[in-house]
Amino acid sequence: MNTTASALAERYGARNWHDQRPDLASVVLDPSKLRDALAWLRDFGGYKHLSFATAIDNIERGAFTLTYTLRNHEKGHNLIVHCDIDRGHPVMESIHLLWEQAWTYQREMREWFGIDFPGSPRVEEEFVLEGWEGPPMMRRDFDSLEYSNATYAERPGRETHDPASYMKEKLYPEVAG
Amino acid sequence: MKREKAHIIPPAERASPDLSSGKYLVMWQGPQHPGITGNMSLRLIAEGDTVVDCETHVGYLHRGFEKLMERRLWMQNFPLVCRIAVPEPDFNEYCYAAAIEELAGIQIPEKAVWLRTLSLEMMRLASFLMWIGGQAGAFGHGTIIQWSVTMRDYVLDLFEELTGGRIYHMYIIPGGVRSDVPKGFLQHVLEVLKVVEKNLDDIELVMFHNAIFKLRAEGLGYIPKEWIDQYGITGPNARAAGVARDLRKDWGYLAYPKLDFEIILGTKSDAYERSRLRLLEMYQCINLLRQIIDAMPKEGSFKEKLPNPLHWKIPAGETYVAAECTRGEYGFYVVSDGSDKPRRVTVRGPSYTHAVSVMERLARGTNIADIAGLMVSLHTYPPEIER
Amino acid sequence: MSDKKNTPAPLANEGLPPEERGFFCDAAPREYAPAQGVLEDFYNWARSQSLWVLGFGTGCGAIELRPLMTSRFDMYRYGIQPRPTPRQSSVFVIGGYASVKTLKRIVRSYEQMMGPKFVVALGSCTINGGMYWDSYNTIKRIDQYIPVDVYIAGCMPRPEALLSGFLELKKIIREGKAEGQNEYARNFDWYKANQKNVIKDWNMPDYNW
Repeated sequence: MNTTASALAERYGARNWHDQRPDLASVVLDPSKLRDALAWLRDFGGYKHLSFATAIDNIERGAFTLTYTLRNHEKGHNLIVHCDIDRGHPVMESIHLLWEQAWTYQREMREWFGIDFPGSPRVEEEFVLEGWEGPPMMRRDFDSLEYSNATYAERPGRETHDPASYMKEKLYPEVAG
Repeated sequence: MKREKAHIIPPAERASPDLSSGKYLVMWQGPQHPGITGNMSLRLIAEGDTVVDCETHVGYLHRGFEKLMERRLWMQNFPLVCRIAVPEPDFNEYCYAAAIEELAGIQIPEKAVWLRTLSLEMMRLASFLMWIGGQAGAFGHGTIIQWSVTMRDYVLDLFEELTGGRIYHMYIIPGGVRSDVPKGFLQHVLEVLKVVEKNLDDIELVMFHNAIFKLRAEGLGYIPKEWIDQYGITGPNARAAGVARDLRKDWGYLAYPKLDFEIILGTKSDAYERSRLRLLEMYQCINLLRQIIDAMPKEGSFKEKLPNPLHWKIPAGETYVAAECTRGEYGFYVVSDGSDKPRRVTVRGPSYTHAVSVMERLARGTNIADIAGLMVSLHTYPPEIER
Repeated sequence: MSDKKNTPAPLANEGLPPEERGFFCDAAPREYAPAQGVLEDFYNWARSQSLWVLGFGTGCGAIELRPLMTSRFDMYRYGIQPRPTPRQSSVFVIGGYASVKTLKRIVRSYEQMMGPKFVVALGSCTINGGMYWDSYNTIKRIDQYIPVDVYIAGCMPRPEALLSGFLELKKIIREGKAEGQNEYARNFDWYKANQKNVIKDWNMPDYNW
């Protein structure tokens, strides 16, 4: 693992190597170096298996953090590779030529976050939603409850026993109004 | 009559048939179809009896778990995570609980480790019993499902005695498990295992020596060894090809390092060999359950005392915990930002690759009657694809 | 059988391209009056003894349909059988939550079923959204979109609960009160408006007969 850490830092400028467990580490890379680093990890580092690829919406700092988790079966080590892309213009290089299942993860990220992967096969197609007209729904600024209340009819009878709302409605309506 | 089927590797590129020529028929297998494992659909283009192209369409079961989990407290997510992989809920609970424990630095007592292993192995047995009924039924063999689902019901009765619920247990929680074994429970487990083992002998006799099953399943859905890493295939699909990967051995979680078992391998990964391997894994599972019951400590606490879970803040960090479920590598990636709700939780299900990338490739060139058998032999469950 | 003077206007079928509209049904569903007296009782008895369920596992609830069909709980002895196609089934079991994508297929399958047809809704998700009450993709009340005859509460309901629900359905049919199909035909515009409100890409006929 230390050889991998130093090789990644030297060749691709990786930083913030963090050992979470003896068999799990994470590292941060720049988006421009990410695809080369993943290819190097796959071919020379022994990390042949891609577990999954997803994104985290870091809305506070205006970035999407892409996450790729690789596994080295011989050494029994997992590596989480992060890279930050700009939230206002989310585009990333596609890795569909490195692993055969990567195009599905990229299709999902396009639908759920709005991150585009130019060149990835069938990335424009809908994945789990049909006829969706709202914003990409995994973004932090999309309120699921508000959308659900506005779109789907509800059966009356659900009541809340939250003391704050009871006081607001029943005891002090003039303050609430 | 012994026939050696040549293994034809399906092409990697999609065919682009001329749909207006009248030679091709576009049809949908699913979602309303008895030959589909769950609720997903395949859009097939067939030329006569042979499938030329296949597209997997998922999303019929999409409830937005990952979004819902961000809206609930850490403890409130437990009833929710069970329902991500509907036929096998315990692995979800384990991975999520283990991730929380790692981030919060909680150690669980010894007895809880064994109880969790017991629960996971029982779940594995129940899930395999459901699968084998589906595999036989896909080739027209309707007896096996009557036997195996009844056996599965006996295992679900055991779960009801242990946890109170048949399908969704919510038994594995951070800090340990929810309750101790009831009196006489372990004896019940041993009795049920005797009955199940005898039934597995019957199933093996009736299914695996059946000429029709052999003719149809041999050579179907052949996965070459090179695909295992290219496609990220895990579980019995990979082990049948001869690749020795089992997270219970490689990752060494819970009580598995203390148990004595070997990784079962096959020689070539086609539907027959995969089914055979899963049957052997069922026997292995029964063996493991007997070992667990022998080795489990009789005394000890089953739960660690936790701070008030309704006001619980998990320290910031991220982790990835995976377990070997019946189908392969099942993992939870949990990110916490120090607040009382998860920041991001993502579920890595094995069916994500098996049902979409691998299935689409294997379906090319298959007879249309065998598509259902092919899909069940990959053992995919749609809910974990679209969460 | 049909009354030529009172036939309603044909359906618009705007979801279909113009060249395909001629292939699909453009008549709205109509109500069926019951037969006279003892004959209707006999028909109701026959319908209640032969409930053929459509094989569509729409959600979580489908996991408890397998134990129901096999030898331990055995629904065959009640005359209940699974069928692979809507044209041969009379009961639609909605197994739990319905996402919008599944709802479109539920509507399509329900309308393709032959009458008299009944709907059994399993689980609390069909009643008020259940556990997914704040999800952007699951509906909260299935009876806004198709008529429901019996609700079976639970998460999931046990096979015994399902059998008890089916016995309740049989009782309702024999009393002549299982009028879901006629209610659908009577309030067709309301149901259709609700469905189109939620299902955004409507590329099928207005009535999928």
